[in-house]
Amino acid sequence: METIVQNIQGVPLNHYILFCSIIFTIGVIGVLTRRNVIIIMMSVELMLNAVNLLLTAFSAHSGDPAGQVFVFFIMALAAAEVAVGLAIIVMVYRNTRSVDINALNRLRG
Amino acid sequence: MSVFYFVAFLSIFFALMTIFTKNPVHSVLYLVITFFTFTIHYILLNAQFLAVVNFIVYMGAIMVLFLFVLMLLNLNKDTEPLKSNLVKFMGVVAGACLLLTVAGSLRLMEVSNPIVLKNPDIGLVGSLGKVLFSDFLLPFEISSILLLTAMVGAVLLAKNESKKA
Amino acid sequence: MIDLIWLIPLLPLVGFLINGIARNALPKSLVGVIGSGVVLVAFLLSCGVFATVYAARQVGADATFIQPIFEWISAGDLQISLSFLVDPLSAVMLLIVTGIGFLIHVYSVGYMMHDPGFAKFFAFLNLFVFFMLLLVLGSNYIVMFIGWEGVGLCSYLLIGFWFRNSSYVKAAKKAFVMNRIGDLGFLIAVFLIFATFGSLEFSTVFPQAAGMAVGDATLLLITLLLFVAATGKSAQIPLFTWLPDAMAGPTPVSALIHAATMVTAGIYMIARSNILFTLSPITLQIVAAVGICTALLAAAIAVTQNDIKKVLAYSTVSQLGYMFLGLGVGAFTGAFFHVLTHAFFKGLLFLGAGSVIHAMSDEQDMRRMGGLKKQLPVTYVTMLIGTVAISGIPPLSGFFSKDEILAHAFISNTALWILGVVGALLTSFYMFRMLFLTFFGKFRGSDTQADHLHESPMTMTMPLVALAILSALGGLLNVPSALGGGHALESFLAPVFEDSALQVEAVHLSHNTEYLLMGISAVGALIMAVVAYQQYVSKAVVPKSDEAQRRALSKLSYHKFYVDELYETLVVRPLNGLSGFFYRVVDKSIIDGIVNGSGKTIGETGKGLRLLQSGNVGFYIFFMVVAAVVLLAYGLLTFNR
Repeated sequence: METIVQNIQGVPLNHYILFCSIIFTIGVIGVLTRRNVIIIMMSVELMLNAVNLLLTAFSAHSGDPAGQVFVFFIMALAAAEVAVGLAIIVMVYRNTRSVDINALNRLRG
Repeated sequence: MSVFYFVAFLSIFFALMTIFTKNPVHSVLYLVITFFTFTIHYILLNAQFLAVVNFIVYMGAIMVLFLFVLMLLNLNKDTEPLKSNLVKFMGVVAGACLLLTVAGSLRLMEVSNPIVLKNPDIGLVGSLGKVLFSDFLLPFEISSILLLTAMVGAVLLAKNESKKA
Repeated sequence: MIDLIWLIPLLPLVGFLINGIARNALPKSLVGVIGSGVVLVAFLLSCGVFATVYAARQVGADATFIQPIFEWISAGDLQISLSFLVDPLSAVMLLIVTGIGFLIHVYSVGYMMHDPGFAKFFAFLNLFVFFMLLLVLGSNYIVMFIGWEGVGLCSYLLIGFWFRNSSYVKAAKKAFVMNRIGDLGFLIAVFLIFATFGSLEFSTVFPQAAGMAVGDATLLLITLLLFVAATGKSAQIPLFTWLPDAMAGPTPVSALIHAATMVTAGIYMIARSNILFTLSPITLQIVAAVGICTALLAAAIAVTQNDIKKVLAYSTVSQLGYMFLGLGVGAFTGAFFHVLTHAFFKGLLFLGAGSVIHAMSDEQDMRRMGGLKKQLPVTYVTMLIGTVAISGIPPLSGFFSKDEILAHAFISNTALWILGVVGALLTSFYMFRMLFLTFFGKFRGSDTQADHLHESPMTMTMPLVALAILSALGGLLNVPSALGGGHALESFLAPVFEDSALQVEAVHLSHNTEYLLMGISAVGALIMAVVAYQQYVSKAVVPKSDEAQRRALSKLSYHKFYVDELYETLVVRPLNGLSGFFYRVVDKSIIDGIVNGSGKTIGETGKGLRLLQSGNVGFYIFFMVVAAVVLLAYGLLTFNR
């Protein structure tokens, strides 16, 4: 454990922030670029994870356990969200026979 | 130190693979690997509890759920039409702008001091559990209700309605 | 009796309300009784008022009575009250308006008997009398202005009484618009008076004005504007063309409004404001010049007219010109005396013409009349008296009033006197021409008309007789001292004009000069009468038809010197063009363009914004990302360390 802990000394917080931003951006690009609804939801999960990691990094940096507790709740929430989201997708698929996001344009004005 | 960079590189690589493959099942698998790398990151930060939870919940439950749905909808083939080039380009540009903004803030923030783990024990299961059950008891209980709600909702939504008709 | 002044205008107003509201319910006889009755009672009250004033004058008092009714506007410095002023001038006008008004109301009962709008006619006539009384009785310029505008309105209503005929309606509009042009002058003058004197009451303005210098610039402007108003109301150059067209109304209207009362409002107003005018000699010269020019122009036109009412209309314009000439040379009493006698004989002439028209089954062209004196004896005799009176042949009333004006004109400017005499000669000629063409010679009308020829009923001939007596004897009211008279009217009206008299040095003609002047005009009138007799009776000349060729001067006169055409080109067409421009360009394109354009813009914006709601979720997410980026960037840029 100590080696791990020592290993981590010296990684600037900046780099963590940058790294998580990159993952987050990749998630955003995934949402904007793909048309399959399920892939989009997975990209959303990617974004959430990036945030989780950043929160953990900040928590470790400042010694405040609140960050990690928050991550814990986010994970629980993500699980619930995925469950409901996928249920909705199944319903949509039953009605429209497609998981193409462009087919879901009943919201048009 | 170099471990961090190596694992970070792996994460980014597999994340890119996730969103750029055409086959949805491949996409799911790459995402699982990405989450694995995240688990390693948690361990590097000595957040042991979170690493385990990440492994079990995310990789074990959520991604399996995705896989189930994919199989259910029979999308293991390449059935997905891609968006037009303009849209993809605009999407990448938007993402890049986002990145730039955040990266730009780093210059302003100048938080480049190295991480010194003041209290390396906070990531341990025991200490995290103590904090969870003392300061954050109410959110903890409420999240259980949240999970219950989600479960009920999911079951109701996915129920086959042709029985009623 | 002075306390009951307020009843005098109120009674015709009540008559208007009753006849107007219940016009379909009341029988014609009752309408006639109510309409004429209220004016009769007003006349009796006016007699009482006159008696009071006369008694006051006899003992040498100023005889000015003011009766306030109520405080109308009280805003800061502006205090306007509805109050009535009775002095010798307004007392005489009261008698004219109510007296002749009553006679004409009685006449109308017979004349309009077969008209379906009988009750409406009497309602309008009563309304007119009400407004005219307000004008005459007002003790400040505002009440006078209310009456001024009101009679203009009633003139419009009555000229266009037979409204189904579009040319009559046009004539009514023309009268109203030309009156309004004058009214603008009145209004601006009122503003100036208030600015200069701080009040609009006659009793305040005139004593203050008396202290101002002769030729004061503000007074000059005020009087010029008041004169503009007078030209509109009293049909002088340049606003006179409405009066001949106003003959489209029924003949009693022409008699009452356009002979005896409304058109004399201008002269009344100037006589009332005499001190202002006396202190502006330039204006007086303009008044005299315009007066004599109008007199001559109208007389020249009347010589060739063939419609009996048009001859009388131009004659009215001409005689009004004489009245203004009188005012311009300082003969205020003379001008007002001419108002009085003109009311008598012109009212008589118009009513007589109405009688002729009625007998001729609504024929107005004199070329189809002739030899009517056998069938219409009463009408003939009374019109003869009226014609002799207007021609200025002694001893009838016209001679005395016209002569007084001409005498003052001679004192002021010999050229004016010469022109005045020329006008008088023309007057005599065309009036006798009218008489001879109508009543002498052979009958030139159709056989059906000949069968219907009959003398008018009593209701129409009684007023004729009454007015004939007044025309004959009216001259006795103001016999000049040269003829041994007592100048009764002049001394009666003295307090009204006394401030003016103080300003002007009184010049008196020797009696010999006066006899000479009188002789010239009287003999001249007689000679012209004989010339007319020669032309139209002895030689039995009948005027040419409308299409016949005429010699240059005669053509000019027949076409009314093309004044209407001139106005049409100079004023009406450019105004119509301007109005069309404003309608097409400013209103439709610009204003509507702006309004419709803003509506359309909003619509288009909405349409554009609607595209955002494409239902494309990817699109929404894209914009969410963009928004997040923008917010972050903004926060970044405004971040203070």
